[in-house]
Amino acid sequence: MIVFNNVTKRYGSNVGLINASVHINSGDFVFLVGPSGAGKTTFIRLILKEIEPDSGRIILAGKDITKIKKREVPKIRQKIGMVFQDFRLLEKKTVYENVAFAMEVLHKSKREIRERVPYVLDLVGIADKAKKYPDELSAGEQQRVGIARALVNKPRVLICDEPTGNLDPVTAMDIMELLEQINVRGTTVLMVTHAKDIVDKMNKRVVAIDHGQIVRDEEGSYGFVQQKEEEEDLYIPGFTTFLDPSELRAAQEQYNRRNESRSRTVVNHGPAAYDDSLVDTYLNGGEDVYE
Amino acid sequence: MSRAGYNLKQAFSQMGRNKGMYFTSIMAITAMMLILGLFFVAFVNVNLFTKSIEKDYNVIQIYLKEGLTPEVTEAAGQSLQTTEGVEKVEYVTKDQALQTLRDRWGENGYLLENLPENPLPDSYTVYVTDKDAANNVATLAPGIEGVDDVVYYRDTIEKLAQVSSFIELGSIIAMAFLVIVSIIIVANTIKLTVFNREKEISIMKYLGATNWFVKAPFIWGGIIIGILSSVIATGLTYVIYKRVVGIIGGDILRILSVNLVPAEQLTLTLLASFLCLGIGIGVIGSAISIRKFLNV
Repeated sequence: MIVFNNVTKRYGSNVGLINASVHINSGDFVFLVGPSGAGKTTFIRLILKEIEPDSGRIILAGKDITKIKKREVPKIRQKIGMVFQDFRLLEKKTVYENVAFAMEVLHKSKREIRERVPYVLDLVGIADKAKKYPDELSAGEQQRVGIARALVNKPRVLICDEPTGNLDPVTAMDIMELLEQINVRGTTVLMVTHAKDIVDKMNKRVVAIDHGQIVRDEEGSYGFVQQKEEEEDLYIPGFTTFLDPSELRAAQEQYNRRNESRSRTVVNHGPAAYDDSLVDTYLNGGEDVYE
Repeated sequence: MSRAGYNLKQAFSQMGRNKGMYFTSIMAITAMMLILGLFFVAFVNVNLFTKSIEKDYNVIQIYLKEGLTPEVTEAAGQSLQTTEGVEKVEYVTKDQALQTLRDRWGENGYLLENLPENPLPDSYTVYVTDKDAANNVATLAPGIEGVDDVVYYRDTIEKLAQVSSFIELGSIIAMAFLVIVSIIIVANTIKLTVFNREKEISIMKYLGATNWFVKAPFIWGGIIIGILSSVIATGLTYVIYKRVVGIIGGDILRILSVNLVPAEQLTLTLLASFLCLGIGIGVIGSAISIRKFLNV
């Protein structure tokens, strides 16, 4: 569904992504974790084609999006549903209108809109709030509207950027359940998050980015604290989000000392070989053929 | 709803959300078009007047003294006929002259009915080949016996031509300035609209809206400003000009043998020109704003 093949993106002297290779299959549920500035946003902006990589290839739904023309970008984005931390609902539109807006933008007919919007609102569990305005809803309900809007055009992949960031733990877990249901129905979900407890509880595939590099890609937990204990030879400072500042500084210094004395080893647990033949296989033989 | 219909609806709804700014820019552009309109009306009329007397360029009126004998009159005619560059000489009696004037005044001709006596003199109308010949006749004619006065329009025509080209130049300069200012006004209005809808636009982008779909309502916004300004400005120019024609046009100018172009006739031309101008300003103004502030 989404393939990053040796993708590098720099912003001047700052690093966005370095040689990142990831393969997300259709129907996967993947967490993208890492500290602020690690490259998560770059990762997502590359998928959305808001920015261009310096090198490497990015394949979305069977199409190499690094090679498409600017005017084809909307077509790419129509395959993606975006869910935001701040919901980004239009305050002057009702719940129904917010979701219908997503279809109007794509020139869907009134009949299609009338049929599809109530269905999606029901799917996310807010059918009874259709006539309410966003400020009359709880944060959790607002995020459900955000998810309904992202889903209404039947995207192949749902990208959720910290979707639980503004929610209390209970509501956050409700939203995660909803995302899991959506995933079970076949939509690929890529979720950027800092919420360790959620990642641990969900027990899904976790792709960890730090300093622009994919440092871990495996099923299971958020990872970094356990990783510190289990893999003494590899200490990744970015995964110290939940440590207090003094611990963080100490860890950073320790990391730097080690790094000076020997070259850094990055263990990549994901699919290892990202050569062009593999990419071509995804491009030509995969089920995701771009219409 | 069709795409154009949807875009137009969006354009009107964003207009509703920025009423004040749209109103201000429509008023400002209307005022500018009104200035242009008045320039235009003045130009058309002066031009018409110049044209109407320009055809008399090669005609010189030689008025004769009262009570000349037929021999003197005849001799004066002969002298004029033999002057270099003269093509034709026509004798016009005072009665013929009065009739011509009566015809020209049309419905106001009755004003000439109650004159105690015909005030017009006998005259010769001299047709010349060119400007030099006209000068020649104008210089020599006063020396011929029996000649009272020489009326020759050259100076007037040249002055009018100057006025006409001055108005033309003024109109072009004013138009250039006003068009630039109008474009800036539209661009600013659209810029504010873009800022107002920033969130909506960013959502539209994520949803995969095409660039044109995002841009179209703003272009329509500019076009609506242009159309409304054009219509209002044409209406105002019409009303003002109609009043001017009503006050001075009908009688005073007709007696001076000058006609004003009818307001109705000018209005259609003006409306068509203003619409082209207004839509042009709207499209260019909004396009500038979109290019600068709308990263789609």
